[in-house]
Amino acid sequence: MDIRAPLTDEVLEKLRAGDRVKISGVVYVARDAAHKRMVEALERGEKSPFDLEGQIVYFMGPSPAKPGQVIGAAGPTTSLRMDAYSPRLMAEGLKGMIGKGSRNQAVIDAMKKYKAVYFAAIGGAGALISKAIKKSDLVAYEELGAEAVLRLEVEDFPVIVVNDIYGGDLYEQGKARYARKGAA
Amino acid sequence: MKEIDIKDITRTVARMSIEANFFLPADVLDSLHKALADEESDGGKEVLEQLLQNASIAETEGIPLCQDCGLTVVFLEVGQDVHIVGGDLYAAIDEGVRQGYKDGYLRKSIAEPPIFDRPNTKDNTPAVIYTDVVPGENLKITIVPKGGGSENMSALGMLTPAVGEKGVVDFVVRAVEEAGSNPCPPVIVGVGIGGTADRAMLLAKKALLRPVGQPNSDPRFAELEKEILTGVNNLGIGPQGFGGRVTALAVHIETTGAHIASLPVGVNIQCHAARHKEAVL
Repeated sequence: MDIRAPLTDEVLEKLRAGDRVKISGVVYVARDAAHKRMVEALERGEKSPFDLEGQIVYFMGPSPAKPGQVIGAAGPTTSLRMDAYSPRLMAEGLKGMIGKGSRNQAVIDAMKKYKAVYFAAIGGAGALISKAIKKSDLVAYEELGAEAVLRLEVEDFPVIVVNDIYGGDLYEQGKARYARKGAA
Repeated sequence: MKEIDIKDITRTVARMSIEANFFLPADVLDSLHKALADEESDGGKEVLEQLLQNASIAETEGIPLCQDCGLTVVFLEVGQDVHIVGGDLYAAIDEGVRQGYKDGYLRKSIAEPPIFDRPNTKDNTPAVIYTDVVPGENLKITIVPKGGGSENMSALGMLTPAVGEKGVVDFVVRAVEEAGSNPCPPVIVGVGIGGTADRAMLLAKKALLRPVGQPNSDPRFAELEKEILTGVNNLGIGPQGFGGRVTALAVHIETTGAHIASLPVGVNIQCHAARHKEAVL
């Protein structure tokens, strides 16, 4: 399925765990340090560095672009480290997250509550994913280096829906389907 | 006695830091091809195909295999008849990392101090260096850029000897199960058994240096490797955790003697981007 970012309710309602999706449009990049700062800013009553309404945040810290490249390798980082911050961002309107690995119950509950989805990109396919990124602009926290907030324009960024707004969870479904006896 | 100048060491480390991040070793590529043949799930197959495609793009277009260009782990085997001249060996290695990560446009991923404000050192140093002194007059340098996501899933069990082989198998399989989709499966599982707590962890990491799937030379441990691999692949986690048959490409065990009261088991997980490079000076 091809979808546009930022996301609309109509699209969110269609997505189901396990759907393979290609995203085109705008996604924002933030990982550990940027999440910490964004949530601290919100707690102080300040604005986040970009309007979160309907947006997708990609948990990623790229390698530096060589001259002539838009970006370096750009695959997802482990999402669980963002679990402490994601519900707060969803409360501000965030509708999608891209990362890798499972989320905790608080995040899963928040996704149902705020109608948001979690996509996985392929961890360790940073060179391949970089080809889907057509433009990269610095938005905030330049001093964080690889952890700065970026605005990306992407075309056919391949991801898979892990958690949908209905409580579906690809990681659980996948294990249930392929687990065999003899696992400890 | 052979003299080796630290400048050669710096140059070698810089070159290997770059090469390791752009070229997946042949044994890893072979093992991904084999996984693709074995995998039953469509999602899993698709992931493996994309990983092979990723390796080819990295190589031909000069983009790192993974944006996490790793913490640089360096294993040295220093011949006891080698004389290192021209300066400080460990400083020369850090200088090689510094140059390689700058010239190769590799991501600098080290924060020091590791708590408080965690500032990035901006040159990927310090490296983690292990040194073994061995007979001879060669210096062997192995570098392993180790990603944070898989390293975070490490486990240490100070087991009771009474749990026996089954206890070891269960502990390792459970560690991989708990790691789930986080360490970028399919993974390679390094297992260190015996020694002290620290030695078990080091052996687990050294086990990752073996060519992927090469069994332990002791048939009993080779059998245990198979048993753990079966247990892990029965979990159904699959490539990237999307469900499937291939959660691990291989399990490698390294061992040493343990105290009569102890059965330390270390688990170090390596993601599918098993980058390593070695040189002998």
